[in-house]
Amino acid sequence: MANLTRLTAAELSKRLGAGEVSSTEVTEAHLERIGAVDPAVHAFLHVDADGAMATARRVDDRRVAGETLPPLAGVPVAVKDVMATRGIPTTCGSAILAGWVPPYDATVVARLRAAGLPILGKTNMDEFAMGSSTEHSAYGPTHNPWDLGRIPGGSGGGSAAAVAAYEAPLAVGTDTGGSIRQPGAVTGTVGVKPTYGGVSRYGLVALASSLDQAGPVTRTVLDAAMLHEVIGGYDPMDSTSLDAPLPPLVEAVRDADVTGLRVGVVRELGGDGYQAGVRARFDEVVALLSDAGATVVEVSCPHFDYAFAAYYLILPSEASSNLARFDAMRYGMRVGLDGVADPSAEQVMAATREAGFGDEVKRRIILGTYALSSGYYDAYYGSAQKVRTLIQRDFAAAFEQVDVLVSPTAPTTAFRFGQKLDDPVAMYLSDVATIPANLAGVPGISVPSGLAEEDGLPTGVQVLAPAQADDRLYRVGAVVEAMLVERWGGPLLDRAPQLEPSA
Amino acid sequence: MRVASLVSYEQALERYDPVLGLEVHVELDTVSKMFCGCPTGFGAAPNAQVCPVCLGLPGALPVLNERAVESAIRIGLALNCTVAVECRFARKNYFYPDMPKNFQTSQYDEPIAFDGWTEVEVDGRSYRIEIERAHMEEDTGKSLHVGGATGRIHGAHHSLVDYNRAGIPLIEIVTRPIVGTGALAPVVARAYVAHLRELLVALAVSDVRMEQGSLRCDANVSLRPGPDAPLGTRTETKNVNSLRSVERAVRYEICRQASVLGDGGTVTQETRHWHEDTGITTPGRSKEQAEDYRYFPEPDLAPIAPDAAWVEELRETLPEGPRERWARLQAGWGFSDLEMRDVAGAGALVLVEQTIAAGATPAAAKKWWLSDLARRANEQGVEPAALPVSPKQVAQVQALIDAGRINDKMARTVFDGLLAGEGTPEEIVVAQGLVVVSDETALGAAVDRAIEAHPDVAAKVRDGKVAAAGALIGAVMKEMRGQADAARVRELINSRLVTVTPGSDLASQ
Repeated sequence: MANLTRLTAAELSKRLGAGEVSSTEVTEAHLERIGAVDPAVHAFLHVDADGAMATARRVDDRRVAGETLPPLAGVPVAVKDVMATRGIPTTCGSAILAGWVPPYDATVVARLRAAGLPILGKTNMDEFAMGSSTEHSAYGPTHNPWDLGRIPGGSGGGSAAAVAAYEAPLAVGTDTGGSIRQPGAVTGTVGVKPTYGGVSRYGLVALASSLDQAGPVTRTVLDAAMLHEVIGGYDPMDSTSLDAPLPPLVEAVRDADVTGLRVGVVRELGGDGYQAGVRARFDEVVALLSDAGATVVEVSCPHFDYAFAAYYLILPSEASSNLARFDAMRYGMRVGLDGVADPSAEQVMAATREAGFGDEVKRRIILGTYALSSGYYDAYYGSAQKVRTLIQRDFAAAFEQVDVLVSPTAPTTAFRFGQKLDDPVAMYLSDVATIPANLAGVPGISVPSGLAEEDGLPTGVQVLAPAQADDRLYRVGAVVEAMLVERWGGPLLDRAPQLEPSA
Repeated sequence: MRVASLVSYEQALERYDPVLGLEVHVELDTVSKMFCGCPTGFGAAPNAQVCPVCLGLPGALPVLNERAVESAIRIGLALNCTVAVECRFARKNYFYPDMPKNFQTSQYDEPIAFDGWTEVEVDGRSYRIEIERAHMEEDTGKSLHVGGATGRIHGAHHSLVDYNRAGIPLIEIVTRPIVGTGALAPVVARAYVAHLRELLVALAVSDVRMEQGSLRCDANVSLRPGPDAPLGTRTETKNVNSLRSVERAVRYEICRQASVLGDGGTVTQETRHWHEDTGITTPGRSKEQAEDYRYFPEPDLAPIAPDAAWVEELRETLPEGPRERWARLQAGWGFSDLEMRDVAGAGALVLVEQTIAAGATPAAAKKWWLSDLARRANEQGVEPAALPVSPKQVAQVQALIDAGRINDKMARTVFDGLLAGEGTPEEIVVAQGLVVVSDETALGAAVDRAIEAHPDVAAKVRDGKVAAAGALIGAVMKEMRGQADAARVRELINSRLVTVTPGSDLASQ
């Protein structure tokens, strides 16, 4: 039998449906793979082998009983640790939530369970999704399967690395400023940030409520579309959820064609500050799209230059409020005070937050608290919201001229551990190309575009579409993927180094 | 600053003109909470009515209760407010253990209703109260401080938190500065809160039980030298939770501030706590210590844009205005202006109305609610409505009297039983063996004995001093241990001592 962990989710779905393989076998194979390589990769914070196998057995039983099951039933999935999972620890990569076992499921998780996907475990992330490298996880970083001395991107580095290292065929992540797409780019995987409101946020531990969006992390564009259809759609539990049907996504992949499609290259997302190899691979993709019949034009979105600054006011402002609930009163860590016999609730709160939050979290809470404070609100949060409106207008104007926008996903390939830890702004700039989509609520996908010549590491191309036109991401992504895979003679990940099973 | 003794209220009013501002929080009686499906009933076991949303668990999100919006709009309309075409919620950020998210989802610069007014009557004069805004927010949980002497946090050994109340919908109604009330300021404050309460009952949006905290008042008071002077520095006295306390707290603050100013001091802008037991206020947070709430629009909720047609539909559901209602009730009951004001002032308008609806006469309903029951409520420091005696039961007691089965004195015993939760009026009458003695032979014998024992009194009655008969009645009642029908006793005395001629009877009229 072929190595089950090498198969795509679509292929596994087909074989499971045909009865050629059982979910128990598929799930077991992935758990074995996790056992073999995760000590080196550290994509997982918690592996729920028993829960995953129980789901797999149930799915197998139902299939044997002749039930018609959803397409991905029995295909295992990894879940970013920012999502509430009933009965499975959820830490958000933070010490302050160590040991917390949620009493409820996020809607995304509930939909995965309802569709019969065994949940392998919870994946590593920068603490509360703040970072671009997973180095800010309180539980140690995740290592990039392409080079274990480098970062896998962030904040969802765990999900991307798990998929890249064949520990899971599918994963879900969240993207607040690029946390799905940037890890996808630097690990040679596919990542999608759906339209804001397209996937329920209920049960996602909020970083920045107006920016957060959950989405698929996979090895192929088709797998992403299949997973997106499982987790997406209206949820009455999320007031910002869109009460509209998802456009057909799997169909968009299967009918992929860009003939006559108008593609805009965003002038502001490229050039200086982008690594030469990243730019070269991007230019090739643009040329391929042109060859495939698309009309390529350059488009200017002048306010994108201010997106980064606006984002780093809005995000910390919302985060400072969202993270206020971690106060030791009801769940998570609680720290006593040395030498204080009867500490007050306020003292316990302060001591716990001091001990439980990492530096990056504290930095952003302080930034956000300042930006919202009386006398500064208008200058900071207020101005940032105005910039946000201008960015939305830039997108609206651009989408009058073109059907999709393209850019490199991230300005660089995976950097080495520690390289940007002492320079927060350099770290933040990893998301410079992905942030505008979050500010405007439009969907984006990152698809592998090749390897940079100078370091041999993966690069990604980002496609952006108007809100609720997520199908265009899949249409364009599938065409790019198909042409590149043909050129490479196989998936990019085939060129990643083989991970040696740990002892 | 410490004030040894306060100036009298009269002295304070001679020198200063008081200005009020009232913030009233009303708990809506929706079936479910503001942002989740949890029930809202009072008195459940601690933390039995909670879920991930109202506990603020990581990842949980709010969904707005449409019924709460409807109630807010109806309250706004009843207060002659403009209803916002579009408005948003905001987060009010501060840390407190009984607030699950450490921010309160509230409305800040975009209230659902604003720029309204209402009128209250005091001593036959009408006062127009300008309403600045009515906005929606969620309630917090409740802290229980254990181990201290006072139940307050200071000195407590530990604290328990009950989140059943967290997320219950609240409407906060804020007045503009209320000026021109002079010495009546405390009475106007009380009348305004009483008026709001009647209005909310009529709207059927809240059970407005002040003692259960479903209606809470924060009273702002400031003094200025005269009506033309700029507004003085105000204090905000928090959690004044009965009509009587509203009046007392405002009155106290007027005296206290006048004393501070009279000593050449300045009033500190601060929140103050009202102490029901001692009748004073003590300092809370000062303006300098005031929190910066870092308000910003709630990103987890969509803006509210009430459909104009819906608002008009809701306007149609408004009950009759307070003036129309007042006039209708007064005409129906045949009460004088003074009687109506007494009833309203005692917070018993609805109780009297319901007692009459249950079969009592207006006079009987008023008598019980304004005398015995008002006194007992006062003794317990609660509103009459909070007594465990229902209007229906009052009507039942009166029916027992009307049937001659008990007398007024026994009725008081029945009320004692009702307050002690001993059952229905009928059950209490039976259990306590209350029965009016109407055995004519026994009564007649007792009357004869009383006349014989008090010959001087009897002589006075014979001479026409009818009032003197009271002493004889008292003697009979004593002998019968109160279980006689006093009216019948009087008849029996009269039949023995007073010779009524048709002529004298007519002449006396």
